[in-house]
Amino acid sequence: MAKSILVLAEQLRGGISDITYEMLGAGRAIAQALGVPLEAVLLGSGTSQLASSLGAADKVFVADNPELDLAAPETVAEVVKTLVDKTGADIVLVGCTNVSLGIGSILAARSQMPLVNFCRAIKVDGGGLVCTSQLFGGKILSDVKLADGRGIIGVYPGAFPIEQGRSDRTPPTEAIDVSVQPSKIRFKQYIEPASGDVDITKQHVLVAVGRGIQTQDNVQLAEELAQALGGAVCASRPVIDQGWLPLTRQVGKSGMTVKPRVYLAFGISGAPEHWEGMQNSQCIIAVNTDPKAPIFDGAHYGAVADAVELLPILTEKVKMRKG
Amino acid sequence: MNILVILKMVPDTVEELNVSADGKSLDSEFLRFKLNDPDEHALEQGLILKEKSGGKVTVIALDAPEVDDVLYTALAKGADRAVKIPVSQAGLGTKATAKVLSDFFSSGAGAVTPDTLVLVGTYAIDDLEGELAPMLAVHLGLPYLGVVSSVAASDHGLIVQKEFAGGLRGEFEVELPAVLGIQSAEKPPRYVPVAKVRAVMKSAKIDEVEIPAPTDTVCLDVQRSYKPEAAGRAEIFEGSPEEVADKIVDALAKSGVI
Repeated sequence: MAKSILVLAEQLRGGISDITYEMLGAGRAIAQALGVPLEAVLLGSGTSQLASSLGAADKVFVADNPELDLAAPETVAEVVKTLVDKTGADIVLVGCTNVSLGIGSILAARSQMPLVNFCRAIKVDGGGLVCTSQLFGGKILSDVKLADGRGIIGVYPGAFPIEQGRSDRTPPTEAIDVSVQPSKIRFKQYIEPASGDVDITKQHVLVAVGRGIQTQDNVQLAEELAQALGGAVCASRPVIDQGWLPLTRQVGKSGMTVKPRVYLAFGISGAPEHWEGMQNSQCIIAVNTDPKAPIFDGAHYGAVADAVELLPILTEKVKMRKG
Repeated sequence: MNILVILKMVPDTVEELNVSADGKSLDSEFLRFKLNDPDEHALEQGLILKEKSGGKVTVIALDAPEVDDVLYTALAKGADRAVKIPVSQAGLGTKATAKVLSDFFSSGAGAVTPDTLVLVGTYAIDDLEGELAPMLAVHLGLPYLGVVSSVAASDHGLIVQKEFAGGLRGEFEVELPAVLGIQSAEKPPRYVPVAKVRAVMKSAKIDEVEIPAPTDTVCLDVQRSYKPEAAGRAEIFEGSPEEVADKIVDALAKSGVI
């Protein structure tokens, strides 16, 4: 029988990350089904105040310590492990985000708890849990059973509604004493995103290109369509990594989160890391040569076509329609 | 610097993936394998570091289809040594893979020296049990940082950049020896002509280092694997490119952007 569920709350620069509320919502549902308390742990400076927004938890453990701001993953894993040993928590939720990446894996390697990564759904099944994980770029789902209900669950951002993890009540908090060992990894400073380029988060129309655009020259075809539509060009990671567009145009996990009225995705398969950054677009139109591309599972409109062939035709038609 | 880059093969998701008759694993019959994308960046970052700061680059992989080509390509790109561990990667979870690799480091064929830097792709598309880099770091007792997109040598070790979100990055100081999970190299991975790879295949050889296969291959109970609901929401526009373009223009007009 489960004892409690622990959420590793995530904060960056004094702000609670959305993933924290997503995990609290997901955790609340399991806690209710199992009849156990939902607890959270929040680390870093100013967290005594920040903890008040985590009212979806029955209790929040707080280590208000500046040494824990952007602490090395092993340091955070150690704090969580100590807490798990103390409270007997048998389910730990950790975000599959860039900030938290690696913490769950270290915890799994150091404890007897298995980790289920990339989780998008959690169901209570008898005394155990069944977690649904998204693998192979979103092309395969796997149901994993934690028969004894013990494990670390890596929660994929955007899989659970934020609203269900928000609450107006102020949760009881308990300060935990953490002695931070000197680490071989030390945070020095933030590097702000470059400014001066088009702000893709403010565009009504985005023309996004992915691997299917094939060459740097073809990016110009997308640029022409964006101009005709009065929007801007953005891209998924492979295009940015090739240096075909600047970092400021990246949409997805490390890049921007965008919500335009129309998101046109050309040659983008729809891997989870990209989907995370554009899923809330009002209208998604996807063009890809692969009819099985995951992007079609979430897009509103789609066409199985070669982006490079379709782009110039579409640009002409848009110009004609606009007159 | 003693730079070791771990290379892992993953199914090429450009090909269609099917679930095998057991309903749990991938059907291997038509699977094509390729190097995990972030691993390719880990190799590039290792080669850039070697060029800037000196040292030796060793690439290490477990056995998998097409892995020899990947190892020879790494040598052609500038790696000094390629090691293949003849333990099949098929069916091995992250925990077991980390164990095999840590055994390699304690085998005498590879050792963690004070100037050792282990580079690993920050994640792989089949990391169900967790990421390899942090698990390997625990086995080796080394510090770890992931989602790294730039690495430079400094007086005290390394200065690295880690990606957060929204284009924000953090700069960290890392003491060696260490394990880093690489998201992307500071430059796009270099291209190497096929002719050069062929030449390397004739002149160089891959070291095979025997490591005992792990007894526990996976630690998770996968009950069922399947493709996401094909139903989807997308209304698919059919027809010639002109007809498809017309329908997209109609959709754009409906959304009020033209």
